[in-house]
Amino acid sequence: MSMLAAPTFSIDEFLQQEREKDLLRFSTAGSVDDGKSTLIGRLLYDTQSVYEDQVRSIEGKGTTAPGQIDFALLTDGLRAEREQGITIDVAYRYFSTARRKFIIADTPGHEQYTRNMATGASTADAAVVLIDASKGVLIQSRRHAYIASLLRVRHVLVAVNKMDLIGYDEAAFRAIEADFSAVLDQIAADTGNPVERIVVPVSALKGDNIVHKSNAMDWYKGPSLLELLETVPPSVDTRTAPFRFPVQRVLRPDHTFRGFAGQIASGTIRSGDAITVLPSGRSARVERIVTWDGDLTEAIAPLSVTLVLDRELDISRGDLVVSSETPATVSKSAKAALVWMDQRPLELHRRYLLKHTSQTVPVFVTSIGHRTDLGTLNHEPARTLHMNDIGSVTVNLLRPIALDAYEENRSTGAFILVDAETNGTVAAGMISAAYSETAAGAPLLADAWGPLTAGEKEARWGHRGAILELKGPKELVDAIERSLFAAGAVPVRIEAGDDAFVLHPSLLEIATALQVRAGLLALVVDANEASTLIARIEGREAIVNAADMRDADDTDDANDARRAGKAVAAVHQLLRDAGVFISSEMAGL
Amino acid sequence: MPAAETQTGPQSPHVTGNAPPRLSHLRLLEAESIHILREVASEFERPVMLYSVGKDSSVMLRLAQKAFYPAPIPFPLLHVDTGFKFAEMLTFRDEMARSIGAELLVWRNEQAIAAGTNPIALDTKRCCGLLKTQALLDALRHYNFDAAFGGARRDEEKSRAKERIYSFRDSAGQWDPKNQRPELWNLYNARIHPGESIRVFPLSNWTEMDVWQYIHEEKIPVVDLYFAKERPMYVRGDELLPIEQSFVARLGEQPQMVKSRLRSLGCSPCTGAIRSDAETIPAIISELISFRSSERANRAIDHDQEGSMEIKKREGYF
Ligand SMILES: Nc1nc2c(ncn2[C@@H]2O[C@H](COP(=O)(O)OP(=O)(O)O)[C@@H](O)[C@H]2O)c(=O)[nH]1
Ligand SMILES: [Mg+2]
Repeated sequence: MSMLAAPTFSIDEFLQQEREKDLLRFSTAGSVDDGKSTLIGRLLYDTQSVYEDQVRSIEGKGTTAPGQIDFALLTDGLRAEREQGITIDVAYRYFSTARRKFIIADTPGHEQYTRNMATGASTADAAVVLIDASKGVLIQSRRHAYIASLLRVRHVLVAVNKMDLIGYDEAAFRAIEADFSAVLDQIAADTGNPVERIVVPVSALKGDNIVHKSNAMDWYKGPSLLELLETVPPSVDTRTAPFRFPVQRVLRPDHTFRGFAGQIASGTIRSGDAITVLPSGRSARVERIVTWDGDLTEAIAPLSVTLVLDRELDISRGDLVVSSETPATVSKSAKAALVWMDQRPLELHRRYLLKHTSQTVPVFVTSIGHRTDLGTLNHEPARTLHMNDIGSVTVNLLRPIALDAYEENRSTGAFILVDAETNGTVAAGMISAAYSETAAGAPLLADAWGPLTAGEKEARWGHRGAILELKGPKELVDAIERSLFAAGAVPVRIEAGDDAFVLHPSLLEIATALQVRAGLLALVVDANEASTLIARIEGREAIVNAADMRDADDTDDANDARRAGKAVAAVHQLLRDAGVFISSEMAGL
Repeated sequence: MPAAETQTGPQSPHVTGNAPPRLSHLRLLEAESIHILREVASEFERPVMLYSVGKDSSVMLRLAQKAFYPAPIPFPLLHVDTGFKFAEMLTFRDEMARSIGAELLVWRNEQAIAAGTNPIALDTKRCCGLLKTQALLDALRHYNFDAAFGGARRDEEKSRAKERIYSFRDSAGQWDPKNQRPELWNLYNARIHPGESIRVFPLSNWTEMDVWQYIHEEKIPVVDLYFAKERPMYVRGDELLPIEQSFVARLGEQPQMVKSRLRSLGCSPCTGAIRSDAETIPAIISELISFRSSERANRAIDHDQEGSMEIKKREGYF
């Protein structure tokens, strides 16, 4: 396949030029009908980034005057959008110039669809905020600018659009420029994110100052919107930030290999580097950085790689590997900004699932600090957050997780909330502060021993007291509990997700400490729908992957039974390894 | 894509002289896709990869090899065979699955095929409905797959430009484009109720040009139909129709040899070829730069009615 192409075209030269281009992700923002979709369509059309058949398919359609292409139809790709002449959901478009590649998220302006705007802005490096010159700054322009700032979109390009409707009048433009600059300053003061802004007068419909400089506005000496997009600093680069690597998956193809697969969220890693695994806090060195293309000596964000460590550590999906020198905070409680995105308002003390990097943890929102009024930017007391409200809250997590503040790390500082009943994504969260973990439970009980010794209790039960954590499918957990009981052990099941424990995490520690003191086997259960069962005791771990054991030729029942058998055997082995059983009959099981 | 807030760039004080080089956009896309593949494989019970044998599937398959290396790909491949795929595609498919040691499942709507379903006897819309959409939904249900990877890209078509990376489907496999879950950062909501499923598009952010550049750089094998050769075609004005199925011929129509290739692979009766001299991947890339029509312009099924891709997708098509 490596024959030479036509002599005028050198593939290597072309690919080299392509490699030198950097990537900018930007999203549109602004009120409905400000001309966002028209502007993107115009940008694509004037850079020759749309194909002829795509242009042909929209000619003579839409809301514009006869003979004038309705460029919004290039991105409004849903039928309902074309019928109603509005944007409902984000459209992603791609184009490139000689200097740069662009990923555009064209977002809807309606308040009702604010969550879709947030979707588009969350991955953007820059936002193009539109303002209709004939209308001035609207509440939705403020809302979107606020969300963009909260999400830490660093560059805001303000396009004052429809200049054709106001006779390309400079004075009117300057007034809007001044108004909106004041708004952006106010927003920056509130979110603590000073965005860099540039204001351009444009007409998306006529093509003024979009790609080509306009003849209609001699008074404007600045660059066109495209020139600005080509020169704002490129996509955020995190090579020099502290190393963060959320573990997505443990790869164990055979006994000789155990690697941790993930995407580097920030920073750089080299083989030999000292790392710490959070939340456990155990440390090791990186032995290999494995990829399909060969081992690397160094890898930078956002590469996806697989790390092999120099010693066996108990690591599973959801753990965060960090540089030992600059670790993240481990916490069960955090303060965060929330953008509420669901019809059903936020309920305090209702259980939600928090997804952060590669893990999901049950949480409660325990208090609302304030709600921000987007009209005035005042902070108001609030008892709930409604759809599209933005507020500051405190969340309590069932398990400690490792995190950073969002302003320091757009990956390890972000989370979403999922409603455990409807499964809907109900909120976007940005961590502003984390309260670091203190071991509360155990010390409280430190000197409360009575006359009975641990040995006497062991003799009675046939095993010593211990905490066995079980995380995985409920059927497997049930089977394990039953088998332990049948073997003569005394298991005490404690549901880790119980509301009381989530609200007061130290209660769980007290409860389990009491079981251990009584010489019983505390089963701290976190039943979920994963396919993997994870059992942990005192730093040892057994993982049973149900998917690995599925035999497509077998019935479901046979598969289930085999799976349960495997899980039970693995857990009994784990307890033997941990030296929990004293009596030989039991140990023989 | 995760991105922490450390300012860099040419003027950045943080970047030292020996900072590693910036990643090219293909590396960025690759890293993002691998992240998606690993998330889905870890969060769903029974994922499957829809393998359609085309260029996008070929790239997606390579990314899956990379994502789990040195472990094998932890899910099977599924090919929905309409019975009208080019013979070369089927040979290529079997050889590919064998050479990389992947498990390949093939599903056909045998009943509809036996009943003689074809796009001329029916219209293209109903033909696709039976041989592709119905077959896909039946296969997913039969195997109980709860997540299916597809190689669709947002730049292919305007309703695809609206897709999330995790595209939620109800228990009938349908897409509700007006009510999609918000999808922030790279935090994907994998929660579904029993019977519901998701379609996942790891190549969402790739363009046609990205795909060909990646195929070139990674030396990924693709079906020969993508390369220009003298091939017998029915010539109808600007259209070139491969002679693969005899029933597409009109009365008295004779095929002619035309130097041509396929830009996008589908069912032979509905996939037009283009005149081309591009015999190599560099030549394809150079041709791509000069193209003025989209890659799906020659796919009859995209044009059978206004918004046809969206309608098919709502019904459960990819
Ligand atoms: N006169 C004029 N009309 C415009 C301009 N830009 C957009 N429009 C019109 O404003 C309406 C809303 O445009 P659209 O792009 O759908 O706005 P969006 O809701 O922000 O995406 C349409 O009728 C456009 O044709 C402009 O620069 N000048
Ligand atoms: Mg719009």
